[in-house]
Amino acid sequence: MSSLPVIAHTDPSALTRKDFVPSAEVKWCPGCVDYSILNQVQKLLPTLGIPRENFAFVSGIGCSSRFPFYMETFGLHTIHGRAPAIATGLKLARPDLDVWVVTGDGDSLAIGGNHFMHALRRNVGLKVLLFNNRIYGLTKGQYSPTSELGKVTKSAPLGSIDYPVDPVTLALGAGATFIARAMGNDGPQLYDVLARAARHNATAPTEIYTNCVIFNDGAFDQYTENKAEAQLRMVHGQPLRFGKDGDKGIAIDQHGRPIVVPGDAPNVLVHDEQSDVLAFLLARLSPPEFPQSFGVLRAVERDSYEALAHAQIAAAKAKRKADLQALLGSGETWEVR
Amino acid sequence: MNKNVETLDSVVIRFAGDSGDGMQLTGTQFTETTALAGNDVATFPDYPAEIRAPAGTVAGVSGFQIQFSSHEVFTPGDAPDVLVAMNAAALKVNLGDVKKGGTLIVNSAGFDKKNLEKAGLARSPLEDGSLAAYRVIALDVTALTMKALEGTTLGRKAAERSKNFFALGLVYWMFTRPLEHTIDWIHAKFAKKSPEVAEANIAALKAGHVYGENAEIFAHSFVVPPAAIEPGRYKNLSGNEAIALGLVTAAQLAGLDLFLGTYPITPASDILHHLAALRHFGVTTFQAEDEIAGVVSAIGASYGGALAATTTSGPGLALKGEGMGLALMMELPLVVIDVQRGGPSTGLPTKTEQADLLQAIFGRHGESPLPVLAPSTPADCFWTAIEAARIAIRHMTPVIVLSDGYLANGVEPFKIPDVAAIPRIPVHFRTDPSGFFPYERDEHLARPWALPGTPGLEHRIGGLEKHQQTGAISYDGDNHEQMVRTRAAKVAKVAESYAPTEVLGDASGEVLFVGWGSTYGSIRQAVRTLRARGHQVGQVHLRNLNPLPADLAAIFGRYRKVIVPELNLGQLSFLLRGKLLVDVVSHTKVQGKPFKESELLEAAAPHLAKNPKEKHELIAGDRAHGSERADA
Repeated sequence: MSSLPVIAHTDPSALTRKDFVPSAEVKWCPGCVDYSILNQVQKLLPTLGIPRENFAFVSGIGCSSRFPFYMETFGLHTIHGRAPAIATGLKLARPDLDVWVVTGDGDSLAIGGNHFMHALRRNVGLKVLLFNNRIYGLTKGQYSPTSELGKVTKSAPLGSIDYPVDPVTLALGAGATFIARAMGNDGPQLYDVLARAARHNATAPTEIYTNCVIFNDGAFDQYTENKAEAQLRMVHGQPLRFGKDGDKGIAIDQHGRPIVVPGDAPNVLVHDEQSDVLAFLLARLSPPEFPQSFGVLRAVERDSYEALAHAQIAAAKAKRKADLQALLGSGETWEVR
Repeated sequence: MNKNVETLDSVVIRFAGDSGDGMQLTGTQFTETTALAGNDVATFPDYPAEIRAPAGTVAGVSGFQIQFSSHEVFTPGDAPDVLVAMNAAALKVNLGDVKKGGTLIVNSAGFDKKNLEKAGLARSPLEDGSLAAYRVIALDVTALTMKALEGTTLGRKAAERSKNFFALGLVYWMFTRPLEHTIDWIHAKFAKKSPEVAEANIAALKAGHVYGENAEIFAHSFVVPPAAIEPGRYKNLSGNEAIALGLVTAAQLAGLDLFLGTYPITPASDILHHLAALRHFGVTTFQAEDEIAGVVSAIGASYGGALAATTTSGPGLALKGEGMGLALMMELPLVVIDVQRGGPSTGLPTKTEQADLLQAIFGRHGESPLPVLAPSTPADCFWTAIEAARIAIRHMTPVIVLSDGYLANGVEPFKIPDVAAIPRIPVHFRTDPSGFFPYERDEHLARPWALPGTPGLEHRIGGLEKHQQTGAISYDGDNHEQMVRTRAAKVAKVAESYAPTEVLGDASGEVLFVGWGSTYGSIRQAVRTLRARGHQVGQVHLRNLNPLPADLAAIFGRYRKVIVPELNLGQLSFLLRGKLLVDVVSHTKVQGKPFKESELLEAAAPHLAKNPKEKHELIAGDRAHGSERADA
């Protein structure tokens, strides 16, 4: 019997990128890849057929988490690491909304690791943009959970002795039904991946490599300097080839280990977004021996958490009338005269 | 043999046994039957933190105390008149509390060599003369139960489990209670799953009853006549269930769906259990990954337009601190229920305490005031939950409710209200985009509740300080001060809606007791006794702990002494001294147990007149507990 206002929604077909650009001045550092991500999201949203008022962006703390302020949508800029849990509550209460979580490697993998993992395993209908710059930017340059071993920072003058976590592998372990990775500064690649994520029915994390020009500049050059050799583009149903004109391919040896073979070899693996085994193998590929995988790693259909929750409520409502007076008077009662 | 029936005014019974002996169940059954018989009742379940501590040990003793009476009762009673002890450890743990001359009903089978060893007793108290001050009725309950079940298909072990029903049957006979309610309950509970267990339990119950009738050891049985209670329909209600019902009722009164984000914690988890069963009321219960996710998921749901709540106990309240700060910064309604337990740290998880008061009022970083309420009885938990939701929505703020383990598990008769007579909770969602600012304020200083999904209201809010009207991020010092003061003023304004503070007992005189929370019953009982002795004594019991009512100082001034009893080291006293600049006498206890009436009488003694001038009549029912105090 919720009395939420009944509202006539605006027409989404008339929306353009400009409708998602607020008057607020964007205050990321000049040259930050975050601008590119913002641009792609603002381009993507008008194409989704969703009224603007139905978008809600929820973020935590960090450079990336300023994102909601730069979107002309509903936005919550919350506390460090908690965005997935806040967004879960919002999506559960309001499954009609299109809820996006914007987070970073410190926000979602350090202080918010628990919420990140549980949002993924529950399969809540959230699009998660994980800006991974492999550094703490807003606190001025400490190593993050994704920083490489040996990284020298102000908080690790002799080099970090933390082994890094790979967000994509973590997401696989948590059972995410959609997982993607993209280069933040590669507009078309990012757009394609986000367009897929946006249409996924449940949790859709995308790891976005985000170069920090101030504290970790060049962290992702290894994937862009020789793109053909360093990037493996995953396309469902297509052979996993890379290199100049696809002259190399990924296969497995008799132990199940990945190997690089000629692009036209008969044993080149074909990408399958529904194969768990392949997903783990592709997630773990990394330079210098292998290229790094980009694109949609995994996409399977499974009921979202909010769909299951509201199905239970609907079934309970169909079965029993909600009579408050009867509820208060239920059980063993007696009359005092 | 001719049996006598003796009439008593009120009786305190404690059932004690191993935590596997079913003592909570036995106590609950006795309570229900007794309430149905028309007595006023108050209960105190006391169980160990371990689910199954080693059988027969002192650590594993579980107890359930009930006071029932032909007049109003406010506490489970100080000292049991009757102790039912199922083994040596149960006797050892509880004997010290029993009234001298009281009755001990003991299961002698629980006093064999093994049980004595486990209880750490060198000799059996049944044989060493140490129980001479009591009336001891020792019987082999185990063997008697086995005998009653001869011919059933149940094995020895299963049959032994029915022995609590034998004891219950015996006590029912002693106090002339009918067996029907418990028989019906056994049928409903066991008949489908295991009819043979149902039959065994009923046979044991009846055998216990027949034993009392026929055994030579009982000279007479007792009658406690029905109490004079405010007319109406009643049921027994625990504080946790009352909170759950109060939250659902508040949601219905507001026309909102209820969202509970929570993480299981003793002694609050039952609120989750009760609400999880109410999906047909549109209730969403979200069992989160931790306490933090519990509170922040509720914030997300509140932002989306639900009546949102989170439930916890002390350690969880600490974890929720940052989340509550966010909710009060974003100015969203939220009900936070803290069922206090013994602390700090893991402390005494199953025992009661009132030591989270200052954490609730001050336990967040920055200037972060929010309203704090406390229910006084299990039934009052219902009304306090509604009141918390009303304040949260009217003022767009998180509100903390401080229940405690004693209220949560204690049971009292709840007068079932007429839903139509409870004032609605008005909710105004902003829908008009013209001139909309997220931080414009109404007469309560509340900002608009602007839901995502509303065209033209797209806006950004968060934990950063905001411009006082537009809500845009602002680091301006003057604006920050203005916002800090406005948030404080908003919470202070809550006090404007309070009814005048109620004074029970004498309106002026020697001593005023000021309490809060679950100490209500103990203080009430003590005030009655003192007035009956001719003293002029009053009681103020605070439901609103922040902000405090404005009329307290004037009331305090009408008494020679103000005594503040608390189950902590003086947190309300600290607050009253600091806020009102009046001295108060702090009387405290932190044993995981409620006050005994006698302890409060002792606390008052030095401050009372030596020769009370006039005798007061006992005023029965000058205010029925659990009656509605929700303001409109």
